[in-house]
Amino acid sequence: MTQVLNKVSSIEEVNHLFFDGMTLMYGGFGGVGSPPTLIEAIKKKGVSQLKLIGNDTGFPHIGIGKIVSLGRVSHIITSHIGSNPIAGELMTDGKMVVEFSPQGILAERIRAGGMGLPGILSNIATDNDIVQKGKSFCEIGEKRYMVETALTADISIVYAKKADTFGNLIFDKSARNTNPLCAMAGDITIAEVEEIVPVGNLQAEEIITPGVFVDYIIQSEGVDWKWAWQ
Amino acid sequence: MGMAIDMRNRMAKRAAAEIKSGMVVNLGIGIPSLVPNHLPRDFPVMFHAENGIIGMGQSPIHGEEDENLCNAGGFPVSLVAGGSYCDSSVAFGMIRRGKVDLTILGSLQVSETGDLANWIVPGKKVPGMGGAMELAQKAKKVIVVMNQTDKHGQAKIVQKCSLPLTSTGCVKMIITDMAVFAIEKNRGLVLHEVFKPHTIDEVLQHTAATVSFHDKIIFS
Repeated sequence: MTQVLNKVSSIEEVNHLFFDGMTLMYGGFGGVGSPPTLIEAIKKKGVSQLKLIGNDTGFPHIGIGKIVSLGRVSHIITSHIGSNPIAGELMTDGKMVVEFSPQGILAERIRAGGMGLPGILSNIATDNDIVQKGKSFCEIGEKRYMVETALTADISIVYAKKADTFGNLIFDKSARNTNPLCAMAGDITIAEVEEIVPVGNLQAEEIITPGVFVDYIIQSEGVDWKWAWQ
Repeated sequence: MGMAIDMRNRMAKRAAAEIKSGMVVNLGIGIPSLVPNHLPRDFPVMFHAENGIIGMGQSPIHGEEDENLCNAGGFPVSLVAGGSYCDSSVAFGMIRRGKVDLTILGSLQVSETGDLANWIVPGKKVPGMGGAMELAQKAKKVIVVMNQTDKHGQAKIVQKCSLPLTSTGCVKMIITDMAVFAIEKNRGLVLHEVFKPHTIDEVLQHTAATVSFHDKIIFS
């Protein structure tokens, strides 16, 4: 039987990967499906001047919001900050630069990064001053499209329901959201999972993210925040 | 407060009447999220959520929430039979590919030509566009549910939006707390229904745009 690499690691073993000024991509949508144990570790390490890429800024005490709210982020590419008023204040005070990207286009830019493509052509919000600012255009036939550049990151952190020791991932219901995309777009990808199983224990057909995209697997300690609906 | 809730439900009920059997529908937050309460039980519709749910069902009862099964606003929902999960890029692929028949959303302003402004109040409120630009531009039909006036009494239906646009010429219907309008290619803004006890004059007084009248205006 062929042995595959075992990528299961401890938080201590991945802690050295986080550095000031790193580009950090994170899975999750309103905090749902964001990796709580990794976010807490990054928060505790105290790295700053982070450049974030992710769907939203969570809530002040939920998901990536825990790091954003401490003023540790200098720049973010995102689609929504409305559920985190502290993010809005940081932006207004000029302490955090926010680059808004339409949600589905942001997801697709991340996917393109993960797929090894330089960008995508979009016809979304091409006439919108804020979205099109600084972007180039091209024509195909009679139609005009906007070039949306692909996004990758130094580190991607994602959350999954189960991983085998090779890093094959399956996700839980709507906690999948941007996680499979972010998993592919990190130069280094760390997956935090609810359950780690031996290789061979996941059905090959059910795997959503193949383990080739995952570098480290961390056992999750579970959500350490209270949800807005609780 | 009771009156306000009644009115919100009245608007949601009117919007629900626009949902036809077999549609794929995306609902925004606020009043649009009340729309499913006004559909018959087991009505054949698939509710789509940007985070990757097709076939979203009602909120679970207290104590049975699943933190990993939430709508795009982060609140617990359920999945109907035949429902499925996908990642966010696929959820938006469905929107861009024209598979979402109807989106019902709130707005800050709508122009008489159907321009939608619902994502930013410069210098005041900058939440970001989320998925609104794709939905507005690519859903087959866009219905706006909003109050006739803002909290300062200013009309929200205007000749030209003063706020930054989400998308141009996309809104096909507006349901307010006073009336129902259609936006038609040739006729522009057309008044179809007036909610009692309001009158046509009252509606016009609180509309800052040119209004045409449907042949048979319904008073409901």
